Amino acid sequence: MAYSNKVIDHYENPRNVGSFDKDEAGVATGMVGAPACGDVMKLQIKVNNQGIIEDAKFKTYGCGSAIASSSLVTEWVKGKSLDEAQLIKNTDIAQELALPPVKIHCSILAEDAIKAAIADYKQKQGS
Amino acid sequence: MNYFQLFQLPEKFDLDLTELGSRYLRLQKQFHPDQHAAGSERDKLLAVQHTANINDAYHSLKQPLLRAEHLLALRGLKISQEQRSFTDPAFLMQQMELREQLADIEHSDDADAVIVNIEQLLQQQKKQLQQQLATALDAVSHEQDQLAAELIRKLKFFYKLEQELELIEQQLQD
Repeated sequence: MAYSNKVIDHYENPRNVGSFDKDEAGVATGMVGAPACGDVMKLQIKVNNQGIIEDAKFKTYGCGSAIASSSLVTEWVKGKSLDEAQLIKNTDIAQELALPPVKIHCSILAEDAIKAAIADYKQKQGS
Repeated sequence: MNYFQLFQLPEKFDLDLTELGSRYLRLQKQFHPDQHAAGSERDKLLAVQHTANINDAYHSLKQPLLRAEHLLALRGLKISQEQRSFTDPAFLMQQMELREQLADIEHSDDADAVIVNIEQLLQQQKKQLQQQLATALDAVSHEQDQLAAELIRKLKFFYKLEQELELIEQQLQD
């Protein structure tokens, strides 16, 4: 199966790879995994006082599509409010990267990762 | 199809693999398409179909995770095709750390020793999860079945780690 050019681009030049200190103010972490393929994805956001995502980082152990999906999401969420980021759909990711049907679950993983990060942020603010 | 019934074996996770093997060979012989060469086209087709079922059944029962999934499916809990993300943060954090350890192997001064250490750790964790899985499946309750499903999901991550470790070992040998 051939990867699309966009997947290859994100795979070879992943954006925003790395980690923030998870205890830093404004930082929230989303961890998700896919048992079927054993992929593990960590997506972190740094939210400013206005509730805008200033920065995002990811670390993914998985196939090219999983890496590309998380890389793309970190690009997309920067500058977005939490409510806007919450609206990112796996179908948008799959379409942008031209993922084949067997790789749709990678985009689902990335959507769930950003949702988990937002949930973590809200929980931290509430506590 | 109930694979346990096909081999006339008790519907349990704890399975006698030697017995499974000999029953598999017996059935395979009995339904081998060559035995039905003289039969009608329909008989031949059925024999081929049945042989395929016997093979599927054998491979599913032989492998512990597939056997556990089949048991759960028979109890109405189908998880083999699920695409839901796994979200246990503590477990995933540990997986992330193990992946990082694997990635560091090639920079290690004594890669062989590190590999042996990680191998032992993976074996130990897998064994623990497998024992918990066996206990959960033996209980035959809805609650324990849910727990069993969660344990299968966790075990899949460990199988993946083992595969990755094997790949690294091969690359280092080349």
